[in-house]
Amino acid sequence: MTADDRGDRSISTLPEGLWTQPTPSVPVDLGDDPVRRQVVPASMRYDYTPGLASTRFLRGLAEKRFLGERCPETGEVYIPPRGVSPVSGLPTTEQVEVGPKATITSFCVVHIGFGFNAPPTPFVSALFLPDGAAVSLYGTMGEVSHDQVRIGMRVEPVWVDDDQLTESMENIRYWRPIDEPDVPAEQLKGHM
Amino acid sequence: MAGNRVAVVGVGQTKYAAVRDDVSLPGLLREAVFRALDDAHMTMDDIDAVVVGKAPDFFEGMMMPESYLAEALGAVGKPLFRVHTAGSVGGSTALVAATHVQSGVHDRVLTIGWQQQSVSEAMWALSFPIPFQQQLVAGAGGYFAPFIREYIRRSNAPDHIGIQVALKDRLNALKNPYAHLHEPDITFESIEESFMLWEPIRYSETCPGSDGAIALVLASEDAAEAAAASSGVPPAWIHGTAMRSEPATASGRDQVNPDAGKECAADVYAQAGITDPRRQVDVVEMYVPFSWYEPMWLENLGFAPEGEGWKLTEDGVTQMTGDLPVNCSGGVLSTNPIGASGMIRFGEAALQVRGQAGDHQVDGARVAVGHAYGGAAQFYAMWVVGSEKP
Amino acid sequence: MRDVAIVSVAQSHHRRSAEELNEVEMIQPVIRAALDGVGASISDIDFTCSGSSDYLAGQAFSFVMTLDAVGAWPPIVESHVEMDGAWALYEAWLKIQTGAADTAFVYSYSKASPGDLPRVMSRMLDPYYAGPLWPDSVAYAGLQARAMLDAGVTTERRMAEVAHRNREAARNNPNAQVVGSPSVDELLATPMLSDPLRVHDCPPISDGGVAVVLAAGDRARDWAERPAWIRGIDHRIDGHQPGARDLTSAPSVALAAQRAGVDGSFDVAEVHAPFTHQEQLVLDGLGLGDDVDVNPSGGALAANPMMAAGLIRLGEVATRIMDGSAGRGVAHATAGHLLQQNLVCVLEGGD
Repeated sequence: MTADDRGDRSISTLPEGLWTQPTPSVPVDLGDDPVRRQVVPASMRYDYTPGLASTRFLRGLAEKRFLGERCPETGEVYIPPRGVSPVSGLPTTEQVEVGPKATITSFCVVHIGFGFNAPPTPFVSALFLPDGAAVSLYGTMGEVSHDQVRIGMRVEPVWVDDDQLTESMENIRYWRPIDEPDVPAEQLKGHM
Repeated sequence: MAGNRVAVVGVGQTKYAAVRDDVSLPGLLREAVFRALDDAHMTMDDIDAVVVGKAPDFFEGMMMPESYLAEALGAVGKPLFRVHTAGSVGGSTALVAATHVQSGVHDRVLTIGWQQQSVSEAMWALSFPIPFQQQLVAGAGGYFAPFIREYIRRSNAPDHIGIQVALKDRLNALKNPYAHLHEPDITFESIEESFMLWEPIRYSETCPGSDGAIALVLASEDAAEAAAASSGVPPAWIHGTAMRSEPATASGRDQVNPDAGKECAADVYAQAGITDPRRQVDVVEMYVPFSWYEPMWLENLGFAPEGEGWKLTEDGVTQMTGDLPVNCSGGVLSTNPIGASGMIRFGEAALQVRGQAGDHQVDGARVAVGHAYGGAAQFYAMWVVGSEKP
Repeated sequence: MRDVAIVSVAQSHHRRSAEELNEVEMIQPVIRAALDGVGASISDIDFTCSGSSDYLAGQAFSFVMTLDAVGAWPPIVESHVEMDGAWALYEAWLKIQTGAADTAFVYSYSKASPGDLPRVMSRMLDPYYAGPLWPDSVAYAGLQARAMLDAGVTTERRMAEVAHRNREAARNNPNAQVVGSPSVDELLATPMLSDPLRVHDCPPISDGGVAVVLAAGDRARDWAERPAWIRGIDHRIDGHQPGARDLTSAPSVALAAQRAGVDGSFDVAEVHAPFTHQEQLVLDGLGLGDDVDVNPSGGALAANPMMAAGLIRLGEVATRIMDGSAGRGVAHATAGHLLQQNLVCVLEGGD
């Protein structure tokens, strides 16, 4: 295979030319017909399991509830819970419902999306601190222009239709603003 | 610094590029390795142990590739050690290699960091969908951009700071023949007008994905003096080494100015006898994958008070002509083979105090800082190198 | 060299699949038990190092989340190796030797059950020639067994005896996954899996982890009544290409053993030989006499959590020294295919 006919790798949403460089910048003589690329498809199947804490959290999501878990040492509520408090290393067992209202702790306007669920660009990817939780969740904003989004903005989740609810983060279609005063940004430090 | 003295006596880098398909993986590594060995006036036979590091194996689609590379790295019959600490790995790997000498166990250690981002799709490797987990549909830039936004909010830094950093680093890269991006026509305006990816991050304020490798030879005091006598090039003596880690998600954690970074810097300065880093450090190679991380890390590493890092950038202090030049090599913004990027910072710091940095040499540099970070801005590795023995 | 000892060891009850747990939940009790063993918290630890593999987890940066189980807040001095935990222990031992740390915490684990382990392991092979053929790890090990059989270095009976002895020994190991064995004759009557390997010649696939506390000098004496002192430790690697190696020997075992100071008599040896034919290569490399109790835990044939099985060998020897049932022991860990990379550690009691 020669340099010219090798397939250029691509991400569908990447603007033309970004991160790709079709010709090597170090031309060297590899003879008449160098092998420059070997395409070796590799496919492996992994059957992941979420674990106990995530199972509890996902079951809550299926009921449109955010179930965080409390650090037994600091009392703060982690979401999504992974079964262990990252600050104490101790198991979290007490479930605490938080949200669904939340505050934007920070965000960015995305003009280049990745992954299978990326909405059309531009969109706002933000960190949402559910009321009562100590750390923020990731998500995207809807029903608002990207230049209207602010740190400290109050929001609520918009869920999929009830007959579409599963044990999945995808139950949250997006978050939208609610008519409540902004939270001062200084109060959000340490909770992103 | 604890333990036996240790110095960098050899630095070897590949030409960095988006695609290095003119070489195999072993060929790429050996390009760096033999340059480092030549610099140290050594051969593979002189090496006691090999310490390698790279970022996730999914990037190249090879699990623990070092076992395959044992022969190519001259490691057969020797210890071969593999480090992986996310984006800080290049720095951490150099520190683990230094530990091999500081401990008194070995005298000459070869350490290598690399990545071939062209082999698979790094963005894919970073974002393939694990069920049950939160999906960040915005790539690595989308992860860090909110923290940059918060930095700008807190510090009231003007929008042009990020552009200034990018312009400086890309122009510095023109003086570094190994740098990936050589963009002689780049201007403030071209960066300002470049595609907005993750607002506030523009395309030209973002690191590229690169193929490449760097190798360093570290030596004990006697071995370093012997190497220097043979090569005629002074060693870069290591004056301090430090690592810190904190959880990705922790209440109270400040991702804009993380405690782990502050503590790492304080630790490494204390070892090196540095009480006023702004005045005592001559040159810094810090890990800046998005332009705004320069002012953020200037604060985090104690070069500026909180909220004022951007003023150093704005005033030209971090230019090569300033009194605290940052990333004279062009930095991560010009070259980013992820697993190597941290070690490149460490190696470039060593080149500066050895007077070997060529066109991007800072005259009279005697004390240099190398810095790397990784994960959710949670893993830190730093060293201080100097032209004089500690 | 500073005197450094293993002063606490904990491991999981290894099983085929820790299906209901995520990796953090799986390793957290092990981490806690090892620290509790000396009444320590992470703030008493100067350096932490872990070992795990992204490919086994099926996830990039998988170690980042398990750091949660340590409680790394405020920040800690911490590093990670993409290797078996035995090498994480080696890094911690080096760190203590520099004087920058007096105490260290080491853990390693894998939850390989989500993937197809023998197939995943093929991703370790040379990517140009062997990797594209997807040889699974059992078939690959079979090449070595065949070479040994053909060279007259071992026999199928001897391999079955290894399986039988290890799994019978595992009856006394509460953490073992495969316990007890049919007779050697019965084993030899079973069909081939990957000729010349039968099922009993292969290790189980295990989820699990291990954690160890290290301490230097007086700190070790404070923390343990009988610290298991590390008298020597070294690791070496052989070449990767099977065609360029004599598969009937593992020179890096002998080299590491020599560097680690393996000589004289030992009460116990724990060797990390995932496949039955490999135990003999390791024992030959170590040069041990017949009077040594080999793998009283049942070894990797009784439980083989990847990335942990090597460190578990060090832990098993240390545990026997700490409980007074052994005075001096040798532990071995391997990494890669076909015993390519090997670590040897000499542990003993006393002052």
